[in-house]
Amino acid sequence: MNDYRRIFADGLWGNNVVFVQMLALCPLMAVTTTATNGLGMGLATTWVLLSANIVIASLRHWIAPEVRIPVFVLLIASLVTLADMAINAWLHELYKVLGLFIPLIVVNCCVLGRAEAFASRQPVLASAADGLAMGLGLTLALVLIGACREVLGSATLFAQASLLLGQSFAFLEIVLIQDYSGFLLMLLPPGGFLVLGFLLAGRRLLERPRP
Amino acid sequence: MKTDFRNSLGYPMALLGGIALMTSAAISVADWLTQADITQRQLEDLQATLQQVVPATYFDNDLVRDTVTLRAGDQTVIAYRARRNGQVQAVCYQVSAPGYGNSAMVMVMGVDRAGTLLGVRVISHAETPGLGDKIEVTKSDWILKFNGRSLNDPPPFGWAVKKDGGIFDQFTGATITPRALVSAVKSGLEFFAAHRLALLDEVVAGGTPK
Repeated sequence: MNDYRRIFADGLWGNNVVFVQMLALCPLMAVTTTATNGLGMGLATTWVLLSANIVIASLRHWIAPEVRIPVFVLLIASLVTLADMAINAWLHELYKVLGLFIPLIVVNCCVLGRAEAFASRQPVLASAADGLAMGLGLTLALVLIGACREVLGSATLFAQASLLLGQSFAFLEIVLIQDYSGFLLMLLPPGGFLVLGFLLAGRRLLERPRP
Repeated sequence: MKTDFRNSLGYPMALLGGIALMTSAAISVADWLTQADITQRQLEDLQATLQQVVPATYFDNDLVRDTVTLRAGDQTVIAYRARRNGQVQAVCYQVSAPGYGNSAMVMVMGVDRAGTLLGVRVISHAETPGLGDKIEVTKSDWILKFNGRSLNDPPPFGWAVKKDGGIFDQFTGATITPRALVSAVKSGLEFFAAHRLALLDEVVAGGTPK
């Protein structure tokens, strides 16, 4: 049980994909203009991480080391394609918000990274836990950065959340300042880098060994 | 020994091939399962977009399926016809314009029989958020200023942003976007004028249809 606790602690904080491993920065800059987009992208990536880890862990004894990378890429790309089709067909409102970004999950190196570093050497259950933990850690980071950029850039929080999660979540949509004229820089990619930089600095401060 | 066959030269190849076959099969099945739903959703999207630029009073047909394909320069244009009692009352089609920084803006416009604009909506663009994105109807009512306009209203020199001597507002800090959009709408109307008969599904009396 302790093992699983460590896996989750690692995924969410200690070895967080964004804040510690510094992976997945490209989709991060593209989607995190609102907290809602970050959440949607994070959940979609979590699904892919989870299923990729399960599939790869269950095939790990058969995968020849010489061709392991092509095999991982093939499996991940197929899982993303399946997710893309399913969301397009059955969650079309969500697809209209996230459609462009779902294929981007293929090039998200954290998926291949977890396959190589964890799922190819660990049992199925542990790999599933790792995929889930890493995905939730990524989601946390995306929502945090998205929220900062949204608040500073357009003074709203979780705008359009009801499109993503259904009408019952409309209460999440908060307008902080009416008629806010906007802070464009935060919505452009440089704003993403700025927010990420400050969050990283904040994490360093928290983790600093006390004298 | 259990691992013997895995050391053979052919094993990695067979493995990669096998996995490729497996994943292709999975994707084919998923495609077969989702295809009908996806097509349906896309039709609904298209219908919703078209209905924004052609009021429902203009048609009693299924305008998504009543199309005509024309060539304008090097582009193929698909026009959707809105008919009432069999007569074409309005058409709608897509036009695109080069936006800021080499990205394309795609919009759909509806034009009635007389060549009057019923409406224009931008359906995709990559303009700067906060500056150029006022072309979206959810952000500003700027795009509604085109309603009721036609090639002669304003006269040709008026089809420009105010900065260039025309009648359409530019945005603070973004002139390129509205300028490109105004000229695209104008050429959209010129396209209608040039292909009016074909678009309205009519032939000149005594003439031969081309």
